[in-house]
Amino acid sequence: MGPLDPDVVWRNIPYLWEGLKLSFLLAAMAIAGGIFFGSFMALARMSRFAPVAWLAAGYVNFFRSVPLILVIFWIYFLVPLLLGRATGPFVSAVVAFTLFETAYYCEIIRAGLQSIPRGQVHAGISTGMSRFQAMRHIVAPQAFRNMAPILLTQSIILFQDTSLVYVVTLRDFMTNASTVANQELRLVELYLFAAVVYFTICFTGSRFVNRMGGRFGR
Amino acid sequence: MIEIRDLSKWYGDFQVLKSCTLSIAPGEVVVVCGPSGSGKSTLIKCVNGLEPFEKGEIVVDGFKVARADELKRLRTRIGMVFQSLELYPHLTALDNICLAPRVVLERNRGEAESRARALLARVGLQEHAAKFPAQLSGGQQQRVAIARSLAMDPVVMLFDEPTSALDPEMIKEVLDVMTDLAREGMTMIVVTHEMGFARRVADRIIFMDEGEIVEAKSPEQFFTAPESERARAFLSKILDH
Repeated sequence: MGPLDPDVVWRNIPYLWEGLKLSFLLAAMAIAGGIFFGSFMALARMSRFAPVAWLAAGYVNFFRSVPLILVIFWIYFLVPLLLGRATGPFVSAVVAFTLFETAYYCEIIRAGLQSIPRGQVHAGISTGMSRFQAMRHIVAPQAFRNMAPILLTQSIILFQDTSLVYVVTLRDFMTNASTVANQELRLVELYLFAAVVYFTICFTGSRFVNRMGGRFGR
Repeated sequence: MIEIRDLSKWYGDFQVLKSCTLSIAPGEVVVVCGPSGSGKSTLIKCVNGLEPFEKGEIVVDGFKVARADELKRLRTRIGMVFQSLELYPHLTALDNICLAPRVVLERNRGEAESRARALLARVGLQEHAAKFPAQLSGGQQQRVAIARSLAMDPVVMLFDEPTSALDPEMIKEVLDVMTDLAREGMTMIVVTHEMGFARRVADRIIFMDEGEIVEAKSPEQFFTAPESERARAFLSKILDH
């Protein structure tokens, strides 16, 4: 092994950038989908209608007990069998991540909503608000403030996990870095570069998490 | 104004309210007192349907406290102030007051705010409109909470131990606001241990013990000649110190 050759990275930057864009797109869609469906799943888990709460709890416990890579495989190989047609690796990856992350976001959102004292809801409904209005105007804004740092932390983990999509031949950042590394026989340079990129993105994110929080009106 | 007839409520096997009957006239101020666990708070939470009850009937301002759809409308007419204050910490004092009028009565912002400013002035806090609850003292927060209830133009106000969570030096400012409200003719049910307030302001004192209404008397009669042994025991504990 000779000295480091940084030029191999710069020569391949456009290809690596394509990969990074796919990683970002996948992460963004999974975060949006996960938080959207996770919110409804959280409400379902808190439902006073027991079967709904059980179903939601079952969903969460199931997806939190299996490895993400397995879910990615399932969706990629099983869904086309069920539908009778191929869905393509990107769509199946988005679906797999959304299903999986919904379970995690659900628990974060549920904990956030339940961190707000019941008296706040009572204060709202005693002025004639419906439970939904109290949730929307009183509980949710406070809960979101409490859970924002954890939501962001989970999103950083999700971004790191997007590297698993190499198993379904998607060309994300990690896959492309790996391809270049093998073609150019420059493993050290490429994997070092990949580490620096992931670190920079995720570390910036966690610094941001640390600066969040604090109480209202302080 | 408020008719409570034969009201009973259970938590599982435990009966918290035992056939309570009480009739309150418009403009009347009723203080409810009694040992802790006697069902006072539960009783007034039944009046606006925050607590469901199994037996009996409550009618407020001609409406029965029962059906969910009527309950929402009824609650706009019944203000409630809590021991734990329960201001919304993410909203300023002004927005705390404006929220329900805007969401429930669909008033526009300008209308709701000018009314809210008038109410803040009424509780002596016009300078604090832009402050968040965390920037106000407990007594100030409770006065904002009273203003917040008044913003819905209630015909009845319920107070659930409004001064129990406050430091002693803040109790008076809250009781003063409540006294003004009583003088202006508001119908009020107040659960409190402030016997000085009860003596000065109440038209009637209800003494509860173990889920029962044991006595219902004028303050004069209640403090000088309580009939039941239980009321005498209670009074001797809270007055002789």
